[in-house]
Amino acid sequence: MFAMIIPAFIVGGVICVIGQLLMDLTKPAFTPAHVLVTFVTGGAILGALGLYEPLIKIGGAGASIPLSGFGYSLSKGAMEAVGKRGIIGAFSGGVEATAVGIASAVFFGYLMSVAFKPKG
Amino acid sequence: MANQSLRKPTLAVSPENYKTLAQQYTPKPTIVKNVIRAFAVGGIICAIGQVIINFFVSVGLTSVEASTAATATMIFLGALLTGLGIYDEIGKFGGAGSIVPVTGFSNSIVSPAIEFKREGYVLGVGAKLFTVAGPVLVYGIATSIVVGIIYFLIH
Repeated sequence: MFAMIIPAFIVGGVICVIGQLLMDLTKPAFTPAHVLVTFVTGGAILGALGLYEPLIKIGGAGASIPLSGFGYSLSKGAMEAVGKRGIIGAFSGGVEATAVGIASAVFFGYLMSVAFKPKG
Repeated sequence: MANQSLRKPTLAVSPENYKTLAQQYTPKPTIVKNVIRAFAVGGIICAIGQVIINFFVSVGLTSVEASTAATATMIFLGALLTGLGIYDEIGKFGGAGSIVPVTGFSNSIVSPAIEFKREGYVLGVGAKLFTVAGPVLVYGIATSIVVGIIYFLIH
């Protein structure tokens, strides 16, 4: 039950530090939106080059919970689907592999936005 | 009193000077402190994610299924804590440590949607859900398609 927690803490922490440095050293060019876009794109490219897989092996959730892990799943899904279905897989694979994440973000996001009132 | 003229504003500052002056008075980002906080908060969020993955594996899911289910659970928790106003407090302390994990993605969806609720359920909530999620999906999905096409061409 408590396996991999320390590696997840360290790898996740280091990935977040990269985001913090991006924001602090480029102030004010990088907003949180820029950070998220950079991480999802970066994760997808690192995944395509085979450089993100080792991080997942070492850090578990520390690499899969940051948004770079979402990018990794997108490009991994696209490549696996190309292997099975050819070129059409390039278009279906990414969204298929991340469908649960995308759908739950839309669904839970909508639910909470309706349920709660704005502050002030 | 009424016709007493006020002192004329003295603006002996050129725009360039103003910039350097403004920079002087802007507090320097305490980078070291921010980095430590980002590491701690980001690390703790990912450690919680790992506990959830371990739980799903222990009830019989494969590691890929468990990872997907844990991501969905974290998205739910991030959305709930944003609705309750707790995630904003975590964000003030943790900086990127609260933005980079998928809970921060969830926060970026719920936060503007709640704020623009008075503009209605279609153009308010429905549209603002995608203020940040939109760009993330555009760049993420587009990159994955390019990766897929390149992979197709070289294999």
